[in-house]
Amino acid sequence: MKYKTIIGLETHVELATESKMFCGCSGNYFGQSPNSQVCPVCLGLPGALPVPNEQAIKWTVLIGLALNCQINLSSYFERKHYFYPDLPKGYQISQYAKPLCQNGYLMVNNRKIRINRVHLEEDTGKLLHGQQFNDKGSYIDFNRSGVPLVEIVTEPDVESAPQAAKYLKQLQLIIQYLNVSDCDMEKGSMRCEPNISVVNYNSWQKNQQLPDYKVEVKNINSFRFVQQAIAFEEERQALLLDKNQQPKQETRRYLESKRQTEAMRSKEFAQDYRYFPEPDIPPLELNPTLIQKLNKQLQTIDLPTQRLEKLMKDYGLSSETALVLTENKKLGDNYLRLVKNSQDLDKTKLANLLINKKIAADLNPDDFFTQAKHLLSKKNIDQATFDQTIEKVIIDNPKAVADYRQGKQTALQFLLGQCLRTLGRQIEVEQLKHLLVEKLALKK
Amino acid sequence: MTTINRLRQSYRTKKRHPAELISGLFKQIKKLNPQLNAYLTLNEELALKQANELKNFDLPLAGIPIAIKDNFCTKDLRTTASAKLLDDFVPPYDATVIKKLKDNGAIIIGKTNMDAWAHGSSTETSDYGPTTNPYDLNRLPGGSSGGSAAAVASGLPPFALGSETAGSIRQPAAWCGVVGLKPTYGRVSRYGLIAMGSSLDCPGPLTRHVEDAALLLGLLAGYDKYDATSTKEPVDNYLKALKAKRKFTLGISDDYFEGVDSKIINEFMKAKRILEKLGHNFKKIKLINPKYSISLYTILQRAEVSSNLCRYDGVRFGKPRSSFSQQAKRRMMLGAFTLSVGYYDAYYLKAQKIRTLIINNFKEAFKQVDLIVAPTTPVTALKLGESETNPMFGEVMDQLIEASSIAGLPGINLPIGLQQGLPVGLQIFGPHLSETEIIDLAKQYEDETAFYQIKPSDFYEI
Repeated sequence: MKYKTIIGLETHVELATESKMFCGCSGNYFGQSPNSQVCPVCLGLPGALPVPNEQAIKWTVLIGLALNCQINLSSYFERKHYFYPDLPKGYQISQYAKPLCQNGYLMVNNRKIRINRVHLEEDTGKLLHGQQFNDKGSYIDFNRSGVPLVEIVTEPDVESAPQAAKYLKQLQLIIQYLNVSDCDMEKGSMRCEPNISVVNYNSWQKNQQLPDYKVEVKNINSFRFVQQAIAFEEERQALLLDKNQQPKQETRRYLESKRQTEAMRSKEFAQDYRYFPEPDIPPLELNPTLIQKLNKQLQTIDLPTQRLEKLMKDYGLSSETALVLTENKKLGDNYLRLVKNSQDLDKTKLANLLINKKIAADLNPDDFFTQAKHLLSKKNIDQATFDQTIEKVIIDNPKAVADYRQGKQTALQFLLGQCLRTLGRQIEVEQLKHLLVEKLALKK
Repeated sequence: MTTINRLRQSYRTKKRHPAELISGLFKQIKKLNPQLNAYLTLNEELALKQANELKNFDLPLAGIPIAIKDNFCTKDLRTTASAKLLDDFVPPYDATVIKKLKDNGAIIIGKTNMDAWAHGSSTETSDYGPTTNPYDLNRLPGGSSGGSAAAVASGLPPFALGSETAGSIRQPAAWCGVVGLKPTYGRVSRYGLIAMGSSLDCPGPLTRHVEDAALLLGLLAGYDKYDATSTKEPVDNYLKALKAKRKFTLGISDDYFEGVDSKIINEFMKAKRILEKLGHNFKKIKLINPKYSISLYTILQRAEVSSNLCRYDGVRFGKPRSSFSQQAKRRMMLGAFTLSVGYYDAYYLKAQKIRTLIINNFKEAFKQVDLIVAPTTPVTALKLGESETNPMFGEVMDQLIEASSIAGLPGINLPIGLQQGLPVGLQIFGPHLSETEIIDLAKQYEDETAFYQIKPSDFYEI
């Protein structure tokens, strides 16, 4: 291997709190008409002041605890300054020097991915460009401005695109299981920016020193695109290194149409955010008893690993089936809800019905099991159909018939399978086998 | 002696009606404002309507006219902070203090002139021209609450709301010869006050009588859920404090007389003798020299200003950023510099550390004395144009006030006499939440001296 890939992942998660991070406006903006959930605070009007959302702080700590972080009992918000039309105050209230959570980790395929920080900040408004309205202008919707955002940053411990995807999937599941966010990349409640550096493998093996360049990639909105972006960067940076050129430290934009990253307009110097402690919000002093309480709360929540175990142990599901139900939380929730009333229905069969979407997952138990019984009931097939099917199979498969007569039992299984294919599997197999054998005997 | 309570009494006994009072007031304001330039926006139509329709005379401020400094957001009434950038800004909401005034029946007369964005101690940096001093129209009223101070000094009306970051209530109160009260930081909500120095700004009343300041403070003070820096400490009974007549140990520091005009020191000494006669004793204390607060305050304030002005991007309201005046631009540049990478530690962080030293210095001092007294300003009202001679004009004018402001302490200015026809002020300041002591002492001084009898020649008896 000539090159090694070093990846750090920065993830933003929108918390599903009732109200925004610093004001009482509703935090649930998806699908609402533009600028209908705003107030002087989240619009950044003169004189407006931020008041922190306690629930958001608690949920951030919960995420930090689930990621094995240390919690900073003394923490504070800071102002991060930059100008952009969707940032009404000209600064974002965020955290810098003293984030709520630090130094955690997540195990991904037995590899420890260290978490540098989990901190809390506010989201910006949304810029919409006019093409959607047959218009050349750009519009800003501030419904999203001020929604609580948790930022989770890893150390550069991720080594490959698949590993990055695995980390993100695990992180997403944990956060969904904590019930603090729907953590959905398509809805924008989860966003990811990978930072990628490709280095010479041998020199990395020698001294493990991080290079002085890393490429940040923005504009990614699915796990698949994360992998594609990383793959592209691996190639692009390797090509540069092949030519003895050092990749430039920069921010690039991912283009899904081309499956490539492209350079964004370069800045001459790094952005100076002029961080300083937010004077409008007194420092947070978290009570140790609060942390204890949140830890206790965490124990009562089934995280993905615990659900997986439960599905296998308590319900006897195979690891593959249990994994599918774990990785789709809603599906798993429905399974657990329904399995209590399943009576004589086989637990694995129930899982398969849900996984294969044979019946709507969100039905109440009575309706669900009525439909299930119907679907799984043995089909009443009349004798004529049986006879016709068997005759046809015998005629269509002379070789198999010949093999059977020579004593090959596997040929019988084959013929049986052919019959089942036509008749559908929901029939009494033994009965069919009996008939088949009879017919074959007659045909001698 | 026109106080809020006397006015209310005259309303209740039907001797007077607010409609008549307020229409007379507007007439006089319109006559004098061209030369005073105290008001930027008048609220005549609505004010007269409210005065005419007033039914509930029991509200504490029923029918009482009040002038509002133009950095408080008043719903549907133009608010500019004396900056052209906000020339056409009409807030969609009321500041908390405005809501409290309205809920208590007050009638807003209009918005008063100030230094643009509150950046100054002269009102000369207003984008709408300076306000003049009612005692001498060739002189400045001080700032940044210059318009409010000039209005109160002229009786147009004798009640106003101002704000102070470091000196902006007390210094113009001193130059215009009125009572100016700056509460403890966090005592009064800042929600709706256009932010200048977030860790320093305080709304406060300007009046002719101590009892009016006490009454207004009692109505404005209190925890506000929209202001995370407002204190949850219960509001004291300031009206009761007016009658307490306690005897205090008053601290006096030599450093607070350095650089002060000898005529002002003379007036101060006269006031000192009066206070001694009233039974208060003076004790010499050693405070950190106020001159050190100048650079400290400059850094902290400029840094916060540079940040607080970032929201004026012309996207959602107001004019583009190019509308900022020279003064505003200078402050933003300097402030941004002190927060920038490589300089933050040496400037802003260090300033915050020294701030703690000053806070502790006062804490120690207040173990020995109840309150501290000093002259409010080093000089009396300067001539128009003089503020432009020095880029640090404001800070120099406020040097006797900056330290206590940095520490968030409450304080008051009392007019103690005239020197060559110009008002001289004495300041009393105390530990956090000592407004009752300050009001007590101030009232005793007022009762003894009747300083409210000193008026400018164009004074209007409401």
